[in-house]
Amino acid sequence: MEIPKSFLGYKRENGRAGTRNHVIILPVDDISNACAEAVANNIKGTIALPHSYGRLQFGADLELHFRTMIGTGSNPNVAAVIVIGIEPKWTKRIVDGIAKTGKPVEGFHIERTGDIGTVMKASKKAQEFVMWASEKQREECPISDLWISVKCGESDTTSGLASNPTVGNLMDKLEPLGVHLCFGETSELTGAEKVCATRGATKEASDKFMKTWSAYNDFILKEATDDLSESQPTAGNIAGGLTTIEEKAFGNFQKIGNCKFVDVLEPAEEPKKGKGLYFMDTSSAAAECVTLQAAAGFNIHLFPTGQGNIVGNPIEPVIKLTANPLTVKSMGEHIDCDVSKILSREMNLSEAGDELIKTTLKVANGRLTCAEALGHREFVMTKLYRSA
Amino acid sequence: MSTDIIIHDKKDNVGVVVIEKITPKQDCKCWIMENDSSVNIQSADEIPLGHKIAMIDLKEGDTILKYGHDIGKVVKAIKKGQHVHVHNVKTKKW
Repeated sequence: MEIPKSFLGYKRENGRAGTRNHVIILPVDDISNACAEAVANNIKGTIALPHSYGRLQFGADLELHFRTMIGTGSNPNVAAVIVIGIEPKWTKRIVDGIAKTGKPVEGFHIERTGDIGTVMKASKKAQEFVMWASEKQREECPISDLWISVKCGESDTTSGLASNPTVGNLMDKLEPLGVHLCFGETSELTGAEKVCATRGATKEASDKFMKTWSAYNDFILKEATDDLSESQPTAGNIAGGLTTIEEKAFGNFQKIGNCKFVDVLEPAEEPKKGKGLYFMDTSSAAAECVTLQAAAGFNIHLFPTGQGNIVGNPIEPVIKLTANPLTVKSMGEHIDCDVSKILSREMNLSEAGDELIKTTLKVANGRLTCAEALGHREFVMTKLYRSA
Repeated sequence: MSTDIIIHDKKDNVGVVVIEKITPKQDCKCWIMENDSSVNIQSADEIPLGHKIAMIDLKEGDTILKYGHDIGKVVKAIKKGQHVHVHNVKTKKW
């Protein structure tokens, strides 16, 4: 198949391109959720991104909070942003961070105004933003403007057999075209970590990966009551035929095909070394991982599933694929790309990769994903440790 | 062109059952995905969907290769065509 060289996206002020044109109402903290949701209810075509944190955090955990907030607002799938927080200082810090992209952003703080006054002021600005954004047209953008993140979930043997290798096949085909790619799931690579480290494009990248993975492993050994041998693979994994943690990890690892990663990113860190594949230190929990990847600037997500994970994200469209025919049959409304014919050998890996590329481009051009149509907007902040 | 077993990599010494189950002495068609080629094997055990079959005789201490990589060690000898799982293979991790 000849891969299209372009897609129809929204060109942004900073040179990036979006696959979506959202106007978001971003609460700085948990107690500003009510205001943000009220504004989104008032002004049609905007979306609020409620979450559970943002108070009394400190150190690296607070830095991650700001990075996730600023990154989410800066994502090219977002046209304009309203930021609402309880206090002016942290609100301003997030507004200033997002403003560096050149996109319209305005902050409101609730103290000394109250919810009702803040909702009124923020709603007026949100209306202005959404009507401005509605005039934006999709334009032809080079395929290299796609920043594709990947993460798998509710995996079973069909994931390692077929849906994860399908994503790997797509990566092998799109990487030479200059796209940005990102995989994560530090914990789920345990068992394949040494082989994963050899996929660093440079010694520096390989060393950085081993350092990141070892820090995670030390944490597990410190906190865990056992060595994970009782929980990895899980009883369900074993019933499904997975024998060892290495087998599970190599199944997961199929998602990157034969690509090499150019750098290792902190959670929600924007890639800075140009095109190619990046590894991000993330949790393996679906919504947390996708939220971090979206905050790093990725504008379209591929999510292979076995038993049928249903996760979505408010700003980054999440494309589901599965090779499990039972999942296609029993919960087809969640599946954007069916590659179950691989198991019956009616489709080979390259054909499956082509199908996924077609689906990815349709979604990049504006087709809704199943998760978008079903209203899945899971926005989950990663918390590194307890608050003060 | 249907298949009963999928083998990821040509180096692999196990394949994965992709039909509901295979029964003892069944002649099975195997598909090596990496190079899109076919081989055949006769099963020795009943093996359910998603579980592994030994493509060669394996002795204690041998390494199981899947995806072309080391996924564990043989802890009890396995004959070609037999079921490969937690009763005869263990992680090398712990």
